[in-house]
Amino acid sequence: MVLKVFFPSCCSSADSGILIGRWISEQNSAVVLAVVHFPFIPVQVKQYLGEIQRVTKVSVSVLGSWSNSKQEKEESLSEFLEDLGTIFCHEPWIQISKEGDSKFWSCSTLQKHTKNPQEEEIILVYYDQRKVMLSHLHPPLDTTGQRAEDASKLSAIFDTVARSQVLFMTDRYDEGPIKLTHWQSDGVEASIIVELLKQASVPACMLLTFLLSLVSGICRSRVLKFWPLSFLWSKLSTCEQLGHRLQHLQAISSNKKAQNQNQLMRKANIFVSLLIDVALGILLMSWLYRRNRIGHLADTLIPVADHVAEELQDLLQWLMGAPAGLKMNRALDQVLGRFFLYHIHLWISYIHLLSPFIEMILWYVGLSACLGLTVALCILSDIIALLTFHIYCFYVYGARLYCLKIYGLSSLWRLFRGKKWNVLRQRVDSCSYDLDQLFIGTLLFTILLFLLPTTALYYLVFTLLRLLVVIVQGLIHLLVDLIDSLPLYSLILRLCRSYRLAAGVKFRVLEQQDGKPLRLLMQINPLSYGGVVQTYRLPTYSCYPRDSWASLCKKLFLGELIYPWKHKGDKQN
Amino acid sequence: MAEERRFLSASGVPIALRRRQHSASCRELAVRGPRLQLRSLSAATSAVWLAAYGLFALSENSMVLSAAIFITLIGLIIYLHFVKIDQESLLVIGSLGIQVTSSYASGKESTTFIEMGQVKDVVINEAIHMQKVIYYLCILLQDPEDPQGVSEVVPLFQSSKPRLDCLIEVYKSCQEILEQRKTGPQSS
Repeated sequence: MVLKVFFPSCCSSADSGILIGRWISEQNSAVVLAVVHFPFIPVQVKQYLGEIQRVTKVSVSVLGSWSNSKQEKEESLSEFLEDLGTIFCHEPWIQISKEGDSKFWSCSTLQKHTKNPQEEEIILVYYDQRKVMLSHLHPPLDTTGQRAEDASKLSAIFDTVARSQVLFMTDRYDEGPIKLTHWQSDGVEASIIVELLKQASVPACMLLTFLLSLVSGICRSRVLKFWPLSFLWSKLSTCEQLGHRLQHLQAISSNKKAQNQNQLMRKANIFVSLLIDVALGILLMSWLYRRNRIGHLADTLIPVADHVAEELQDLLQWLMGAPAGLKMNRALDQVLGRFFLYHIHLWISYIHLLSPFIEMILWYVGLSACLGLTVALCILSDIIALLTFHIYCFYVYGARLYCLKIYGLSSLWRLFRGKKWNVLRQRVDSCSYDLDQLFIGTLLFTILLFLLPTTALYYLVFTLLRLLVVIVQGLIHLLVDLIDSLPLYSLILRLCRSYRLAAGVKFRVLEQQDGKPLRLLMQINPLSYGGVVQTYRLPTYSCYPRDSWASLCKKLFLGELIYPWKHKGDKQN
Repeated sequence: MAEERRFLSASGVPIALRRRQHSASCRELAVRGPRLQLRSLSAATSAVWLAAYGLFALSENSMVLSAAIFITLIGLIIYLHFVKIDQESLLVIGSLGIQVTSSYASGKESTTFIEMGQVKDVVINEAIHMQKVIYYLCILLQDPEDPQGVSEVVPLFQSSKPRLDCLIEVYKSCQEILEQRKTGPQSS
């Protein structure tokens, strides 16, 4: 079988010594982690390896010998290295030797205990130790429940290097008996800023947890649970968004350390997303307050509301006449039209009552944009909902009226044909009616049928208006969800340190020479941007769409009220 | 050792197959399509600019010209970076795996590596593509639960679409290495 040796590229210029690493017998491959230099005492080396094995749970052992001779091959050294094979018995004993500055090394194995030793092919795979240690392999998303022995070979190699971090902590300035060469042997890297941040994060987290517990205590107090207030909180999307952000803050300020890579990335994503959100919110706030733009906004709000009301009045006048050439039932038309006109008149009076306070309210509400851009967008959506409340009311009135008419019509149609709806059996049964029942039923059916076009037209017009408002609100919520769920930290990581998120590896064939082993370079294949977003998306609180297109159309036809955007906490009705 | 032979693709375009043997268990097979021709590039650019000049003559708005230049540049960059595949190669390393690489005209390379444990076999399949029936080479991936089943089919050389004679050469080279893994463990 083919023997594969994974050699770190940082050890290519190391002095002669012995190779330590892990031997994976199922794959016939040896992962070299470091080179131990002369002089050493074998007993101490074995002790050191035992300690490493205990701490990292990786079965590190001596794999073979490495000789880097700057001049010609030294005969005594090669014999000495072969004798080492008897002290550290490892099967097979790998011998790699490099002459001068040549790129082509000679590799051979010594097998003492096999019955028929054969010349097996050796593949030398170079890998960048630091990148492999830091990277996280993402298995393909469609594999579920893979057993341990089916685990991919490459993940075993990544695992080995990642878990041997403690081995890479000894550098050559240490005074211990073992002298190693690995990627960090020139000195352990550390950053002052990172260390300071780590020290500062503990008290900051504790403070944040305390503040959050205060805030959530206030939110959960009994005062806010009374019926009108609790109904209001559940309808305003701003409160949902604030609750969602509160949960995020609680997640990142908790004291438990992240157990695995996924949790760490999730915390980092939430943190960066919050930061960017607040930064954009403050930017928006500074733009709004710079030249008193918010005052101008408040000044234009009342005229806009007036304009909308006037347009609605014109629309109702048009409906009360002969809209699109259709002939309406005059009496019903006038009743409905006047009813809705009076409603608009009431609404305009209320808006005018509020007009002196609008600027102040808007000024203070605009301050809450510093909590984040998502909160500002949610406030915008709520303001739109409040300003178009009369359209919502008209839609509900029109829908209820239409729904009643449709149900009445269907029931009387059944009577017209001599049938009845059997509630017990949930089916249509035949029924014998008295003559006067039939007479009145047919009369009512005719009345309702001829009044249907008028009601249907009002229903159609107000449903279209309501759908328009719903679409605008939906777009705003889509944007809020996008900002909420985008994993910004993962995307920045993929851009700047692409080796940290690995989808797999790629091999490059290096220059070959006959008689020498096959040389390959193993590089990390980074995850695609789409894969990053799919893997690390943050969960959001809304899911759309609630109804499929077919059921939506059916509800519209029957006049049932539609609520297209559902939130995860809502109960099914 | 490397050798290159000329073949035809399924649509009649000349392609070249290059075989390199790096070692006894490592082979690289690369199919190179034709490069971007200068005359098709000039034809496309001239067509866009003539249309832009026509619109400019009608509307007297110079934004049309700058928009045309912009569209040409962006379109060319997108075409070279995302659409035009120059070379597709297959690197078979016995006992490690199979690596499939596509190199785009802008130099971008997109690579997928499939480990040998997941590879069930490499076969030539037939497919109906538009109005033709073509042959294509594909890698069958092993289903972890079912030893006889196939979990996924990975088609190779999708943009150059070589004909059957080229595919047979590639198939024979791959099978020589894949057979080694069946005979390997028994002889050790």
